[in-house]
This record gives sequence, C-alpha cells and structure tokens, in this order.
Amino acid sequence: MTTTARARVPADASRTEGPALSASGLRARRAAERRRSGAVIVLMAPFFALLTTIFLIPVGTAVYLSFFSDDQPGLGFGAERTVFVGLRSYAAVLTDPTFLGGLGTVALYCLIYLPLMVVSALVLALLLDSGAVRLRAFAQLGLFLPHAVPGIIAALIWLYLYTPGISPVIDLFARADITIDFLGIHTVVPSIVNIAVWSNLGYNMVVFYAALQAVPREVIEASVVDGAGPVRTALQVKTPLVRASIVMVAIFTLIWALQLFTEPMLLSQSSPMISSRFSPSMYIYDAAFTRNNYGLAAAASVVLLMCTIALSYGVTRFTGRADAEEAR
Amino acid sequence: MSATDSSLLRPRLIGRATVNVVVAVSVLYTLLPVLWLVLAATKDRDALFSSDLLSLSDFSLVRNLKDLFAMDGGLYGRWYLNSLLYAVLGAAIGALLSVACGYAFDKYRFRHKEKLFGLVLAAVMVPQTVLALPLYLMASEAGLVNTFWAVFIPVLFNPFGVYLGRIFSRGYVPDEVLEAARVDGAGELTTYVRVSLRMLGPGLVTVFLFQLTAIWNNFFLPMVMLSDQDLYPVSLGLYQWNSSASVSPEYYPVVIMGSLLAVLPLILAFVLLQRFWRSGLTAGAVK
Repeated sequence: MTTTARARVPADASRTEGPALSASGLRARRAAERRRSGAVIVLMAPFFALLTTIFLIPVGTAVYLSFFSDDQPGLGFGAERTVFVGLRSYAAVLTDPTFLGGLGTVALYCLIYLPLMVVSALVLALLLDSGAVRLRAFAQLGLFLPHAVPGIIAALIWLYLYTPGISPVIDLFARADITIDFLGIHTVVPSIVNIAVWSNLGYNMVVFYAALQAVPREVIEASVVDGAGPVRTALQVKTPLVRASIVMVAIFTLIWALQLFTEPMLLSQSSPMISSRFSPSMYIYDAAFTRNNYGLAAAASVVLLMCTIALSYGVTRFTGRADAEEAR
Repeated sequence: MSATDSSLLRPRLIGRATVNVVVAVSVLYTLLPVLWLVLAATKDRDALFSSDLLSLSDFSLVRNLKDLFAMDGGLYGRWYLNSLLYAVLGAAIGALLSVACGYAFDKYRFRHKEKLFGLVLAAVMVPQTVLALPLYLMASEAGLVNTFWAVFIPVLFNPFGVYLGRIFSRGYVPDEVLEAARVDGAGELTTYVRVSLRMLGPGLVTVFLFQLTAIWNNFFLPMVMLSDQDLYPVSLGLYQWNSSASVSPEYYPVVIMGSLLAVLPLILAFVLLQRFWRSGLTAGAVK
C-alpha cells in the first residue's frame, strides 16, 4: 500500500521547524492533531468494536475451548466442571477417521474445483477479451447471472436436476440409454464441484475480464507486430500480466472451498452418500450442535483455521517465488 | 496457433467459430438451470414429475404462487420480509461502517496502522464455520440466541469492505480536497460526511451490494442461531421445507416457486446498480 504525500506533520516536527513557528501557531497545530486523532477514533471505532466481538473474541474462545472439556463427575450427578485437557481434543479430532475423511473429501474437492474454476474463468475472459465474440455484453450478463442466485438455491436447482423423475437432464441421458446417478459414491464430489463452478464461474470471469481490460493496448499491439497469433498473445502476453488477479481469485476460491457446507448439507437430504460429517465444516456443526461436544468442535475449528492459513500462505509464497524468478 | 498468418483466412474463421461456440455453450450452461427454475415454477406437482417442461397445458403459476403464500400459515412472506430486513438494513449499516474505517486507513496516519490493516485482512480469510460455535456461546451468554440480533449483529462485520473502502478512498477522494476543507476551517468529520462520503458514493454502493449478496446468501449462521421459524430468512426456510418435501411432496412446487422469488431481489439489485459494481470489481481485482 502506498501512502500518498500529504501536508500533515508528525507531532514532533515542530521542533525541527523551531523559531519560525510562533507559540500560537504551535498550539493551533496541536489542536488540529487532536481533532484528527478524534476523527480517526470516531471513524474506526464502530468497525473495530465489531472486529473485536465478531472476530477476535470468537477466535480466542475457539482456541480456549479446544484445550478444555466439560467433564461430568461420576454417574452424571453433580455439577459439570470445566477442566483443562491439554491436547486431548486435538488428538481426538486428528485420529477420528470421519474428520480425516472429511479433510480428504475437501482436498479432493479443491483439487478438482480450483484448477477447473481458475482455468475456465480465465479462458472465458480471454475469449471475451479477444474481440472475436458476438453479443459480448449479453454473454457476460448470462455468465454472471448465477452469481445472483443464493448458494442454497443454486444447490436446490441442481439437486432437482440431479433427481431422477424431475430432472430433464437425466431424462435426456435415459433416452440415449445411459443411466446416470449424479449422487452416487463416485459422482457426488464432482456433482458438488459442478454446483460451485456454476455459481462462481461468471463472477471470476468478470474479475479476470476487468483485469484484462486494464492491460495496456500497446503491449498487445507490440506482440501482434512481433508476429504472435491470438492464442500466443493470450497465453504468453496477457495471462502473465493479470497474475495478481489470478492469485487473488485462487486464494478466495480456496478459502471458500475449504468452508464447504451449504451444498453438501442440502444434498444430504436426498443422498445417502453424504454423511453428517461429510466435510470439516459439517463435522464442526455436527460436533457442536448435534453431539454438544464443544471441545471437539473447537479443536476441529482450529485445525480448519490452520489449514486455511497454511494454504493461503502457501499460495502467496508459491506465486511470490514465481514472481521473483520472473524478475531475474 | 493456426491463425497466425492473416492471409490464411480459413483457419481464422474456424478459430472465430470455435471461440463463439465455446462461449455460447458456457452461456447455455449458466442460463439453462435458471430457465428450468422459471419453467418448473409454472408446473403443478404431477407435471413436475412427468417432466414435460415445455407443454403449457398445465400452467399453474398463479396457483403455485397462492400455495406458496398460504403454506404453513403464510410463513414464506414472513421469511421474505426477514431476509429483506437482515440483508438491506445489515448491508447498509455494514457498508457505512466499513467504508468509514477504510477511509480512515487511507487518509490518516497513526501508530500501528499497517499492523491493524493486516489484522483486517486476516479476518477476511477466517472461515465462518470456525466462528459459529463461539458466537453461539457468546449469544447464549448474552441471552440473544434465537433473536433477531443473533443474526443481525454478526452480518454487519465486513472486513473485505474495509479493504475496498481504503482502495476507493485512495482512488476517489483527492487529498487536496481535504486540505482545502481544512483551510476553510471545516471539522474532520464534517468534511467526511459532507464532502468525502459523496465522492465515495459508487464505492459505497459496491460494498453495499457485495454485502447484500453475502447476507442474502447467509445460511450457516441463521441455522446455528435460530430455532424460531418466524425469524428464519428465506434460505433457511427453503432448506427446511425441502427437507419436508421427501415425506410430503406437496412441498416441491412451493419450494421451487419460493426459490424463484428469492432470486429476484438480487438480480434486480445487480441490474439496477450495474455501473457501480463493475467499477468495484475492477478496483478489487487489479490492485
């Protein structure tokens, strides 16, 4: 972040300006400083009050809870006591095959979803940017439309399109003598990926398209003069120039993917392939609100948080190194 | 790669056709499910299961609408109003708070500024599911579980809005304007409200729209906090009705009709505020 030059003077600068400044001028300047800090506090306090209550205290509470447990004294009589259990909840979470299974599911989901999403959104943006597309504004609006469909409703629409008897898609396949079970054991993760791609493709395409529009036209003209065809221009000239957007989209896609909850939660109403602990987020919900095991839920939350931080950091580092190599 | 030589017209034409086919197929992929929703909303239950979508013989749009608002004593209308209240009011207040904070990050110098900003960015990354249990426990401590406030207060928090607010403030509000206002003797907050906020208008609308979408989509938090059906937003209500549909199929047409109506406000907002969010996307993406 750059800070623009401004005429403001730090509090101790009056000393260097010395005798040139009269006592009353100094006082006026001090008063201005005070007014400014007052303004900063008024402008920022409401948001930081929210940040504290909605973010800092809950994260702290989650970490705290993960080290404690409500132990019931023998036979369940008497008051519950909260006792320090150290890493016991973490051990329980990390050896729980349903939690590890959930992590595996999300890993598989990310492995399919992330490349598919970034590549298809980028390809569509490059195609729209190439100038060869008819009805460009209409195409963009059409692609963007699913972003205005709430996640739960996107999942509902696709659930019906996956349901035999209602779905015209399955009917079409049936006419060609193909039976497809979209919610079977091998198809359920790709089916969820499809819902996510459908929902977010247009949004990410618009992000890439906006970045491509900001690429200086001279750069593209230069590459055409050098004899590069449209495909080479797109892949070797334009794509590297929008890397910042690609990284941003990748990180946000990853963060959202790790939270996977809404779609499997809805599909689980109709598919026996989705258990109540299908993804880490569903595991947390199940542990906290079905099994009432707060320590376990908190430990699982902290593990999920750590995975998110590690992966975001990894993506930034990975692309940062690529940038450094490019610079050499 | 085939179309490098402009004298070779044929490969170039083929390339152009391929490009258009790829884009057209993608647009069909995104549009057809929405079209299905519209068509399915006009069908009664039997026609829905016989899946002859294009026949207009059993057009029952009006009946489905009536059923939707009559089901379970008119719960759907209630949910719709709740969603509007959570989303419109929450996004309006949330956007004002975050943009004010982003503006302060851009225009003022103070100690630990970049550290505090780093904290804001960190908050963007934290999954909502991680915060849900502690928030539930805090709300239950404060006696707010199963009230309007349990959902409303957390949705006001929008750290990404602060990030956007800082970028917009740098782009839209020149420092000279602030200096001029100071020379004129205007107070800092007066300047913000009277001058800067007006210049930040498009940015404010963008943040509002993003937050509106997020709150309208919100599902996890209401599910954790609310047990009283009268407080549900549309998303949670439809989820619940859909889970009843496998037992009592009369819910299918109302769930589909309810989904269609729930999509409309966001589409309306996106179309009406189009020129604002486009600029917002650019600002968020390029930087």
